[in-house]
Amino acid sequence: MSKTSYAVGEHPDLEPPASTIGVIGWLRENLFSNWWNSLLTLFGFYLIYLYLPPLVEWMFVKAVWSSPDRVPCDAEGAGACWAFIDNRFTQFMYGFYPKELYWRPNTAGLLLIALMIPLFIKSFRWKWQLGAFILLVYPFIAFVLIHGGYLGFELVETNKWGGLMLTLILSAVGIVASLPIGIVLALGRRSTMPIVKSVCVVYIEFWRGVPLITVLFMSSVMLPLFFPEGTDFDKLARAMIGIIMFQSAYMAEVVRGGLQAIPKGQYEAAASLGLTYWKSMGLIILPQALKLVIPGIVNTFIALFKDTTLVLIIGLFDLLAIIQQANSDPEWLGFDTEGYVFAGLIFWIFCFSMSRYSIALEQKLHTGHKR
Amino acid sequence: MSEPDSGLKPSKPAFWNDPKVRALFFQVLLIVALGYFLMTIVDNTLENMRSRGITTGFAFLDEPAGFGILQSLIPYTEANTYGRTFVVGLLNTLLVSGLGIVLATIVGFIMGVARLSHNWLIAKLAALYIETFRNVPLLLQIFFWYFAVLGALPSVRQSLDLGLGIRFNNRGLYLPEPIPENGFSIVLWMVLIGFVVSRFVKRWARKRQDATGQPFPVFLTTLGLTFGLPLIAFLILGSPLHWEFPELKGFNFKGGMTIIPELLALLLALTIYTGTFIAETVRAGINSVSHGQTEAALALGLTRVQTLRLVIIPQAMRVIIPPLTSQYLNLTKNSSLATAVGYPDLVAVFMGTTLNQTGQAVEITAMTMAVYLTISLTISFFMNWYNKHVALIER
Amino acid sequence: MSKITSTLLLSSALALAANTVSADTLDSVKSKGFVQCGVSTGLPGFSNADKSGNWKGLDVDVCRAVAAATLGDASKVKFTPLTAKERFTALQSGEIDMLSRNTTWTLTRDASLGLNFAGVNYYDGQGFMVKKNLGVKSALELDGAAVCIQSGTTTELNLADYFRENGMKYKAITYDTSDATVKGFEAGRCDVLTSDQSQLYALRIKLKDPKSAIVLPEVISKEPLGPVVRQGDDKWFNIVKWSLFAMVNAEEMGVTSKNVDSMKNSKNPAIARLMGGQGEKLGLSDDWSYNIIKQVGNYGESFERNVGMGSPLKISRGLNALWKKGGLQYAPPIR
Repeated sequence: MSKTSYAVGEHPDLEPPASTIGVIGWLRENLFSNWWNSLLTLFGFYLIYLYLPPLVEWMFVKAVWSSPDRVPCDAEGAGACWAFIDNRFTQFMYGFYPKELYWRPNTAGLLLIALMIPLFIKSFRWKWQLGAFILLVYPFIAFVLIHGGYLGFELVETNKWGGLMLTLILSAVGIVASLPIGIVLALGRRSTMPIVKSVCVVYIEFWRGVPLITVLFMSSVMLPLFFPEGTDFDKLARAMIGIIMFQSAYMAEVVRGGLQAIPKGQYEAAASLGLTYWKSMGLIILPQALKLVIPGIVNTFIALFKDTTLVLIIGLFDLLAIIQQANSDPEWLGFDTEGYVFAGLIFWIFCFSMSRYSIALEQKLHTGHKR
Repeated sequence: MSEPDSGLKPSKPAFWNDPKVRALFFQVLLIVALGYFLMTIVDNTLENMRSRGITTGFAFLDEPAGFGILQSLIPYTEANTYGRTFVVGLLNTLLVSGLGIVLATIVGFIMGVARLSHNWLIAKLAALYIETFRNVPLLLQIFFWYFAVLGALPSVRQSLDLGLGIRFNNRGLYLPEPIPENGFSIVLWMVLIGFVVSRFVKRWARKRQDATGQPFPVFLTTLGLTFGLPLIAFLILGSPLHWEFPELKGFNFKGGMTIIPELLALLLALTIYTGTFIAETVRAGINSVSHGQTEAALALGLTRVQTLRLVIIPQAMRVIIPPLTSQYLNLTKNSSLATAVGYPDLVAVFMGTTLNQTGQAVEITAMTMAVYLTISLTISFFMNWYNKHVALIER
Repeated sequence: MSKITSTLLLSSALALAANTVSADTLDSVKSKGFVQCGVSTGLPGFSNADKSGNWKGLDVDVCRAVAAATLGDASKVKFTPLTAKERFTALQSGEIDMLSRNTTWTLTRDASLGLNFAGVNYYDGQGFMVKKNLGVKSALELDGAAVCIQSGTTTELNLADYFRENGMKYKAITYDTSDATVKGFEAGRCDVLTSDQSQLYALRIKLKDPKSAIVLPEVISKEPLGPVVRQGDDKWFNIVKWSLFAMVNAEEMGVTSKNVDSMKNSKNPAIARLMGGQGEKLGLSDDWSYNIIKQVGNYGESFERNVGMGSPLKISRGLNALWKKGGLQYAPPIR
């Protein structure tokens, strides 16, 4: 026992035990807290040891980054053949779009990014107006730029579109066009008019009940049968119609979630002010509900973005389809893995960043109580 | 009702401002417009089909199909009808969806719990799995497994021997097939008996616990009864079961069970992809149970395991089940991507080959969509029923 | 409520569209300014897009010939790549004006699908391709084999018949596209790839090592391949039919894309008729056949360029030689 004595309350703080702080403490707490956790940790490290080094070696260390032909890739012990991707890169991005016109889709893309930036700036005042511009006017600008045929722009047939460009176009069109339809359907589903309600319910449940593949197949081969002879739709347009019909049902459910989250008091307050149905919806309910469902819309967009790969089954050349086609080129046979990893990486970057964004938004909008 | 009569009658609004009249008017308008729209489409379709000489009707279902199908759960030969191809495809769809649901649930629950683990490394590994595979399109994953991974397996003659008579090559996974002998049905009966008995035990145990407060190890008893009883019967009867091993004959392995690579690739992709979503659902479910519940349970003197089993899981399940069902639905619908790798599911066999041989797109598309719609509606019907059943009765 | 408005708008749009019905494919082709032609998703020699997306092949040449005949310009064709199972619905539904996609002429297709076959541009038969190292010499040794096959083709049916007839068993591994069948074969998913023989040669050059596979001698079916049109438009049917015949007749008379200008003044009455004077009966301009020969070439030229000795496929004329040379290509006279 130490002889030193302290007055009450004057004992200096002791250092915490060495085993609970610093690296050792962290390890003890997070990796080796008991025998079961230690076992799991060892198992985890074993997995990493088993897979990480060969993967890194294959992907980076021994990879062939560029080469005009496949010779270096066939060498003994060569890793991933990124040269295959390198050689076909522009095709993966733009499909068969004429090389000298690449600037047109590029401009459209950059313009969109430039227009979107202010939406993320807090102090920007005209967010609603800019949003409306992007949703209503920008699509026409993009169409003229990419498709051409107007204002002296050379026409580029839709069957030349492909690659990542097509994937982005399909998902952007799908989401933008399905939003208004989804809103109308969601309002209809909550309507007090029985027939309006049942029509909307049937529509929503029908499209949500069938796989997208059957929808695409139907729109690709049966849609022309529905219309009088002579009505001609472009193959891409038909795929888009299918996607929009399908997507609007999902969008309706997302919006409905937002409508349901608005407290009843808001509806009653709007009604007591004497606002008509459309005014109360347009001025009070929808602005609040839509803000609530932005994360949901982003999630729907992610799902749609991944689902656009299905168009390869109806013969459109989206990113995956064009890689699949390149995989069967006799000159570059046997590099399927590289192709899929590349496609996977692109999809992953888009989806992952969007999902992070959606989570961040959710947290920002979350005004309830958290533990 | 009890308004003072001021002598002024409230002015009756013009009838076009009466909400009831308006509602009626709009709905009639909607019906007329929708009816016209649908009639035009039906009319056009019929007219188009007539003018182009396309055969209509369902008579084709009785015609012989004449093509082979890779995998069939019911006896099928080329001489069977197109109607039979429909059933074969449907069963294959149900098979891959059923297996996928079971596997994805297992993977999803393990990964969901692992992501919440206190073990930093395990939690990070689970997060890595979830964030990687949920953000890559399913079709891409199917292609990857089928063309890149399974395509790189050795050929039949250089098959991998996984022991226990299991062989693995680029034609599939070959397993020994259990062939029951006389008396094996008794073993199966024992399983049933054990299960029924254990139900009674459970009821008795609950009564006793209500009366005396003494717990009874129901779970272990159930396990013992449903597995122990048949095992004893099996041993007493002298193992009435033998295994048929796959053997290399001619081009391929014969005998035993084969899991074709198309099914393997599809199952792998569906399991891994849907597993990520289920894991997130599970995580959200567990997180949704407030920490106070755990504290309260511990304060009551429940053990950690009891807390988990009696307090956390029942409450978490209420949150987990609805999104879980919709994941099951998604998995079933996503199984239609089978057509991309040649697994003979409903879309590949019926909407694919049969449609092409008969050319009757409208009938076949309608039948296929009706199948998926029926599955979806059935599941959501049960879903709603369950939701009502377990929903907290509030205020 | 705007649901109602949009529905109304749609229906009125439909009603408007209903007024512009035209069952006449020629008129619609002329007003569109191009022929919409259904081709395969990629089959070297028959219809295949090169790296820059230009379509080439024997089947593609038929489309180009029809465009040359109707519009005077062989390049005015738009191609719709179709999988085997999409092709008939696409034609029936009016998405494409004609189908030229190595399609076999059969009774069922002719009679119950509402289609008309406009002739035969390639006489084919179904065969088998196997890996050399299997040591198989005849199709009769294939009992128990796994067979890669493209879904929705007559080959699927012939295969079943052939194996049943010879008391053999097989496993059919059915893919959507011919590319996938080659990949399956290459990866060893199946022992045998079956398809029309011409396609086997075309698919073989898609293998990493084309020499590792051989085509077995057996031909188990008749596969007359030709362009297809919808029933109910005889005028268009005639145009497609005679565009093909013009190419065959041109070869028979020795008219090629190189000498066609000098042949214009030929004294031979048959050649003179080929060069002009007959277009009106088909509803075409007088130089329809001249345009075909000048821009696309005769049948023999097209054959050599796409599948014959001038191509990587190196298929000999065989059944597809002119009737005068022991083959089956025989076109009715133009008069």
